[in-house]
Amino acid sequence: MHVSAMFRRHDVQIGSIILIMVVFFSRLSPGFLTLGNMADLLENYSVMAIMAAGLLVVLISGGIDISFEAIAAVSQFLVAMILVNFGGNWFTAFALAGLFGALLGVVNALIIHYLGAISVIVTISTMTFYFSILMFVTQGKSIYNLPDWFTSDVSFLSIPFPVMVAAIALLATLFFLSRLPIGRQIYGLGGNPEGAKRMGCNIVGLQCLAYGYSGFMAAIAGIVQAHRVEEVVPYALIGQELNVLAAVVLGGASLSGGIGTVSGTVLGILLLAVLQNGLTLLGVSSYSFGLVTGGVILVSVTATAYAAKRQRKGGLRRAV
Amino acid sequence: MLGALVVGAVIVFGVLTPSRFLSGDTLRAIAFQMPELGILSLAMMVPLMSGGLNLAIIATANLSALVMAAILTHLIQPSTPQPTVAMVILLALLSGMLISLVIGLLTGVIVAFFGVHPILVTLGMMTLVKGAAVLATSGTVIGGFPPAILFLGNGAVFGIPVSMILFVACAAVVAVILSHTPFGISVRLIGSNERATRYSGVATEWVLVGVYVVSSLLCWIAALVMMARFNSASAGYAESYLLITILAAVLGGVDPFGGFGHVLGLFLSLVLLQVISTGFNLLGFSPYLTAAIWGATMILVIVISVVRDRYITRLWPGKAK
Repeated sequence: MHVSAMFRRHDVQIGSIILIMVVFFSRLSPGFLTLGNMADLLENYSVMAIMAAGLLVVLISGGIDISFEAIAAVSQFLVAMILVNFGGNWFTAFALAGLFGALLGVVNALIIHYLGAISVIVTISTMTFYFSILMFVTQGKSIYNLPDWFTSDVSFLSIPFPVMVAAIALLATLFFLSRLPIGRQIYGLGGNPEGAKRMGCNIVGLQCLAYGYSGFMAAIAGIVQAHRVEEVVPYALIGQELNVLAAVVLGGASLSGGIGTVSGTVLGILLLAVLQNGLTLLGVSSYSFGLVTGGVILVSVTATAYAAKRQRKGGLRRAV
Repeated sequence: MLGALVVGAVIVFGVLTPSRFLSGDTLRAIAFQMPELGILSLAMMVPLMSGGLNLAIIATANLSALVMAAILTHLIQPSTPQPTVAMVILLALLSGMLISLVIGLLTGVIVAFFGVHPILVTLGMMTLVKGAAVLATSGTVIGGFPPAILFLGNGAVFGIPVSMILFVACAAVVAVILSHTPFGISVRLIGSNERATRYSGVATEWVLVGVYVVSSLLCWIAALVMMARFNSASAGYAESYLLITILAAVLGGVDPFGGFGHVLGLFLSLVLLQVISTGFNLLGFSPYLTAAIWGATMILVIVISVVRDRYITRLWPGKAK
């Protein structure tokens, strides 16, 4: 492949930007490119990565899910209650979390499918509903007394637990999307919903799978978050939805569906992580994060859309 | 149908708490609380009609409020003479309007001319604008405004809150624009089918720019009301309102796909939400429960409208909407 053609690929562009930033930051602050810093970075963003993996699948299927943080919070709470009152182990924790998350996600899918309603509106409603009920039940109080086995640091080959889970989540999503036939169907559903229907794809099933997967991942992320901070705070996760969405979109996923990759999502998260971490190490006040991140998002999505537009216009001219 | 729901809700709450609900106080409370959410909902409605969304309305309103607040607090001292105060207020208003205009213009241009999805643009803009506000204030609050401003939020004329008058005025203007001007009709057409509208000769790009400019200007007015009511401005106010404005618009009959909706519907849905909120408040319900009911109401209304559409076309084929 020509180098110039390679550079038109979205993930190569993002990767290059990350590389430039890494070089830039490591020159300016020696503490940046250290193993300790990198490890911290990975651990801090592992929860986001797990959620992004779930959101990616929904975006590829052509929908959007704003409720995943609420699903994470609710599952986190339910699992914590069960663990505190009935005991358990990591297996039950993950199994229960996955179950709750998937169920809540499937509810989203069913409403979206059977009401033919727009996914943004439905997931906003379910998010409001789930989160409000949760806050009502907990009165905003956190759960502190998590069992010791849950909160003690676990690491495998000195890779911290959250990073491990994130890696497994991302790899599983990669496998699901690129190796399983049903993953292909999800791409098809997003890229051409009418075509998918006529080909006989089980639309309801696919949507349930996509939103259920997103809920599943969100719940897993919630558990990992509880493990990291050693408490369950009902309102901690809410408000991050758009950050996760930004990361996934930065990585090349399209809001209209049918486009997106795990590698792109990883790059999107890395971009945001490196940017914010680099700025912190430079001593730039964290008050400027929003400004810089917003600017990066705007520039990135504008450039992507503009490039796509020029490509389409070029094609049109050739056809004429 | 919405009207029926409103009446129904009023009756339900009236029966449950007769002495306190059906009183003038309740009406006043609703009239004072509704305008800020109402104007913001108008700001969300216009982009929704065009088939888009403006996630940055709260951030725009906050930044606009902060700009105005900064000017007001820095240039007005207790000793400042009245004419100067008036000039400064005017300056502040113009600056607030200008910043909203710039944000709206930028958003509109990126959506219209670069073809970026509105959710993404306004998401980025929201992050950017909020980031700018946080950076400028270091997260603090700016407060303490002259009485003339406060009158906007807390004063009343003939018993009707000034902010409510402002809201009704904005609603009326938006209603007229959306239904009786070429611009507004174009907005609806774009919401229905952008490509067909463009092929019909409408300058869709400029209409879209106009949509986001109008939306942001409405945010400026909302900022005024918020400033007046809270006597302060901050980067983080009213964030929970964002999703509620979308809820209110869709509840009010605005088609989230674009193209259809009326301001009256939005108005009624806002009244309904306020009635539910106030009623639950009087009943001692937690505000979280109220929010949960709002979310459930949203789904319920979608269910009802879908069921109604399906059954009407099935039972009376000639009566298809």
